[in-house]
Amino acid sequence: MSDVILEVNQLNTYYKERGEKKKHVCKNITFQMEQGEILGLVGESGSGKTTLVKALLGMVKDKEGAIKLNAKMPQMIFQDPYSSLNPSKKIGWLLQEPLRIKGGFTKEEREKKAYEMLKKVGLNDNIFNHYPRQLSGGQRQRVSIALALMLEPELLIADEPVSALDVTIQAQIMDLLLKLKEEMGLSILFISHDLRVVYKMCDRVLIMEDGEIVEQGKVEEVYKNPAHPYTKMLLEAVTTV
Amino acid sequence: MTIKKKPNYNFIIGSILTGLIVALALVSLVYTPYDPDAMDAANKFAGISLKHPMGCDNFGRDIFSRVMEGTKNTLFVALGTVAIGTVFGILLGAFTGYFGGILDEILMRINDAIFAFPSILLALVIVSLLGSGKYNVMIALGIAFIPSFARIVRAEFLKNRELDYVKSARLMGAGSLRIMFVHILPNTFSVLASSVMIGFNNAVLAEAGMSFLGIGVQPPDASLGRMLSEAQTYLFSTPSYAFFPGLVIILMVLGFSLLSEGISQKSV
Repeated sequence: MSDVILEVNQLNTYYKERGEKKKHVCKNITFQMEQGEILGLVGESGSGKTTLVKALLGMVKDKEGAIKLNAKMPQMIFQDPYSSLNPSKKIGWLLQEPLRIKGGFTKEEREKKAYEMLKKVGLNDNIFNHYPRQLSGGQRQRVSIALALMLEPELLIADEPVSALDVTIQAQIMDLLLKLKEEMGLSILFISHDLRVVYKMCDRVLIMEDGEIVEQGKVEEVYKNPAHPYTKMLLEAVTTV
Repeated sequence: MTIKKKPNYNFIIGSILTGLIVALALVSLVYTPYDPDAMDAANKFAGISLKHPMGCDNFGRDIFSRVMEGTKNTLFVALGTVAIGTVFGILLGAFTGYFGGILDEILMRINDAIFAFPSILLALVIVSLLGSGKYNVMIALGIAFIPSFARIVRAEFLKNRELDYVKSARLMGAGSLRIMFVHILPNTFSVLASSVMIGFNNAVLAEAGMSFLGIGVQPPDASLGRMLSEAQTYLFSTPSYAFFPGLVIILMVLGFSLLSEGISQKSV
């Protein structure tokens, strides 16, 4: 068995809107994630996927339970490539920003690393001086991936990274993520509501319903023999379409 | 393929008018046809002539020179006012919009209270505390202008702080100040630019109004508002005395309005 990169034990989170009753969002979430695996997280909107991610990143205050992260600062890729890149900055500036914040790099070093990263995600050098609005959705998502990888994280959280893209572009981005995973030894927590995408990408999968993990296991096994009625329902929805 | 765009007339005409006015003010720094304060009893109420293109006033001072000088003073006060309003407005709006919470509630209620006063009235109160004069008018009007800028900036920050690029910056380890002023602030500029122009406009009118009432720019300094107030006695005998300063104010305000309209059209 390889090393465990993320261990979540009995995680509960609560959410309270002003003037409303406290809501119990994530309920007794327990799972492990191994080094180098792609773990799928599947569930409908409102099932608590995003809250779970926020909790993992330390953005939820009201929580109980243990989150053990054996990795440097995890980075994230967002669903909407239009709001995840700052519209007023050039791509080159954006890619250098993580290094600028971290400090200890000269301008030449930063630019060199940014160009290398552009190449890695399959983008042209000339994009360096473009603004995000000049790029297509697929190109933007590649830039987001490049941005997330600038600090060489061990854990990458991808929040529906392909849901907003065309099907052909989806395939390209998925291939890119798989390639980068091999090259950089990434572990990816891959969030999606599209079971076909999860089938292609992931080693193991967590099925979430109403804040609980109702089923988890290897993708093939879960898809072949869904144990929980909710998983069956999700799979049936895919096959009927 | 290029889509043919209708030329942005607002922006073009606005730029030309504003450019001319600013040029007039800049030239007055180094050259005016006559000393704007030099009195010449022989030319009292002189009419429009080649020597005095806008005529002379009740002391025989050249009105054209005084209009140039007055434009400079009015623009200077307007610039200072907008600068004070924008800088403090940005600071206030950024902090309240980004952090929210109790601080936001308290500061925005104070903001609302200031906003509730007409800006001239508020400036009058402040001037009566500080005393009159160019710089005090600037401070007074500047304070009166802060709330409107703060509101605009706050709204933009509220909108932007929820966007993923801010989350992404936070994940990179950027601090709050860096996120506020390096990441978010530039995204507010397009909205801010047109309101700065409108603010400029209001500042010109407010300065002219206050100088007209005699609490703005003090004699012997020329100011467009002050000239108007001095000219009202001679409105029928020497209409050119009131006409030209008034004309410059109108053109200035028109220029800024068109420019602000043009900028907001551009950013769409």
